[in-house]
Amino acid sequence: MSASLQSTLKGFCNNRVWRSIFRRAPARTNRTRSIAIFGNLFLHALPVKVREKSLRVRATYYLGSFSFFLFVVLTLTGIMLMFYYHPAAPKAYNDMKDLRFVVSEGIFLRNLHRLAAQAMVLAVFWHMFHVFYRGGYKPPHEFNWVIGVVLLLLTLFLSYTGYLLPWDQLAFWAITVGTNIISYIPILGKPTRFLLLGGHEIGENALLRFFVLHCVILPLAMIVLIALHFWRIQKDGGLTIRESDERK
Amino acid sequence: MDTRNPDETEQPGTAVNPDRRDFLNALAGAAFAVAAVGSIAVTVEYLSPNVLFEPPTNFRIGPPENFALDSVTYLPEQQVYIVREPAGFTVISAICTHLGCITQWSEDINMIACPCHGSRFRKNGSVEHGPAPSPLPHFLIGLTSDGNLTVDKLTIVPPTQVFKA
Repeated sequence: MSASLQSTLKGFCNNRVWRSIFRRAPARTNRTRSIAIFGNLFLHALPVKVREKSLRVRATYYLGSFSFFLFVVLTLTGIMLMFYYHPAAPKAYNDMKDLRFVVSEGIFLRNLHRLAAQAMVLAVFWHMFHVFYRGGYKPPHEFNWVIGVVLLLLTLFLSYTGYLLPWDQLAFWAITVGTNIISYIPILGKPTRFLLLGGHEIGENALLRFFVLHCVILPLAMIVLIALHFWRIQKDGGLTIRESDERK
Repeated sequence: MDTRNPDETEQPGTAVNPDRRDFLNALAGAAFAVAAVGSIAVTVEYLSPNVLFEPPTNFRIGPPENFALDSVTYLPEQQVYIVREPAGFTVISAICTHLGCITQWSEDINMIACPCHGSRFRKNGSVEHGPAPSPLPHFLIGLTSDGNLTVDKLTIVPPTQVFKA
């Protein structure tokens, strides 16, 4: 780097605006690097240091990170789709068709959302199997395992509520069958189905309710639990390291 | 650590003030519990719609002459079959008792068939083969004074009850 560029960069970082945003000088030692992580709202839940073994591909296959990446993709594409989608019958179906054939890049965003959703279900299951076979549910990780199970259920609920939104025949009958399965629950089944659908049959109320669940309630629950899940990895002492890993 | 006000513990050993504190804590806890249960109850109440824009459960289907002898007529809006046989009329639900799909009357096999999971019902609603766990329910059918048949989907009648019009 030429001397003039370096001095320009230094001048860029060395003014009131920069220092008002970034409270510290660049971290150059282990201590200041740690403090930079601890003192950052977004990073403080993450560990400052990790064992080298838990960074190996074989330790996680990055399945949890991949699930989270897909969740971010789904959030972004979902927000984009909401700009053209009305949760009303029969408008919802026409909006879905418009997204496919009229809106610029609509088909790309819709397919990305749909494929990422299917990939996320696969990734979360795969992540779960991998953690299970490594014994990641054992103490001190039991509570984080339970959070993970709830996250799996939320992923499935998100997948299921999203299934109704295109308002086509496939969606209609899938939700008919699914909500009838719910009504087989003893005592609570029929009231639960009534509350979920906002009626006795699948109509406008059901579409709107599934939309609110899919776009607001379930994603918020998901974000809170994902944050808790990441934070607990660090608090429980990092990833599970097996004895066979240690010997190598 | 004892954080109580020294004034409250003037007479050590009487245990009057700790009792009062416990009582007030229990009272506040109970009040919060009642408020929490009440909030959940009104939320569930709010989420249960009072007015539904669904097809009526009680409806007229016209005079008996509209239905030919030995015919099965499907009414799409009400999702019922009007079955007329020499013995009289029966009204059978068209919603499969397995998982709620709409069944179809099939003239060729003389059977009511479900497209979703392959359940089959006979003309009287009984199960020919599964997965349907129970027969299609029969609804009450009657005749008004001006000669129209009426159906009440909220009243389930035994399959042996046939309306002679």
